[in-house]
Amino acid sequence: MTRRVATLLFALSVMVLAPPPANAVRPDEILADPVLELRARDISRDLRCLVCQNQSIDDSDAALARDLRVIVRERLGAGDTDGAIIEFVVARYGDFILLDPPFKSTTLVLWLGPSALIGIGIIVLVVFFRRVRRDSLKSGITLAPLSAAERKRLNALLSEEAS
Amino acid sequence: MGRVSFILPLAGFALLAGIFFLYLNMIRTGERTINEIPSALINKPIPIFTLPPLPGQPDGGLASIDFAGKVAVVNVFASWCIPCRAEHPVIERLARMNVATVYGLNWKDNPSAALKWLAELGNPYAAIGSDASGRAGIEWGVYGVPETYVVGPDAVIRYRHVGPMTPDALDNKILPMIRNLKVDG
Repeated sequence: MTRRVATLLFALSVMVLAPPPANAVRPDEILADPVLELRARDISRDLRCLVCQNQSIDDSDAALARDLRVIVRERLGAGDTDGAIIEFVVARYGDFILLDPPFKSTTLVLWLGPSALIGIGIIVLVVFFRRVRRDSLKSGITLAPLSAAERKRLNALLSEEAS
Repeated sequence: MGRVSFILPLAGFALLAGIFFLYLNMIRTGERTINEIPSALINKPIPIFTLPPLPGQPDGGLASIDFAGKVAVVNVFASWCIPCRAEHPVIERLARMNVATVYGLNWKDNPSAALKWLAELGNPYAAIGSDASGRAGIEWGVYGVPETYVVGPDAVIRYRHVGPMTPDALDNKILPMIRNLKVDG
């Protein structure tokens, strides 16, 4: 028993004390200026590593990701704005390098598709239930309120269950 | 009413299943690729770059100026890249045809390893730029090796092939592209 508690405590302490997920940035890449470094991290997190494709360049150990991280930092050091740096990378690798795709004519389906599908789903449901109600009215099965006897019986059943 | 509410979801499912099947089949036949990223530089001028030659090579390296007035093919390669070895005979065949100037971009490679590789397999390139840092490659939008670009006489990039050049891709994509560029240019 004490052993179990100890194991549990150990597991908990590992979870609590574990360092946040490490990223791939190497010490020699880090900029001396913490403000610039923070901006570099922000930009890198939104740029896709084209080798691994599901990691950002901040997370990826690929050589190309490292080169792009270094370029981001060089341009920051040269005084470029975040927007200019992102433009630089997009000019070479296209929108695909952005993990957050821009809203434009070619990405309309991507952005609006899911809401459109939900909208269609809601319309289908509304039409379906309206029809069900109309059909039940037509066929004479009406949703009449309970009679006094029925209500009494229902109450009896419910109170029986509650006790 | 009962019939419609039964058929509608079924038809929707059949439609989606049909679309998925068509796309998966296109991937199977190689008509469509899923890993390939379209180049952002198609129909854009080549980047401005200057690369030194591999040590001891007389070709003088590779620079933007070398693309003026001719149809050129740029093959991005590295000695550490296994698929480059596989595509090498196809690149050599293209070079022997003399239909376009074939340039090499030696990407993120150790120059002496690259020289050894060329000595072993043969050197089909009219000139090679040594891009040890990979910076020129990034200017071209390279994201892996091998990659092959077709450049028109106006120094505009017209086509990019990702991955090893296959005889099929050479005959059906690269060569027709070169022929078109020669007619237009």
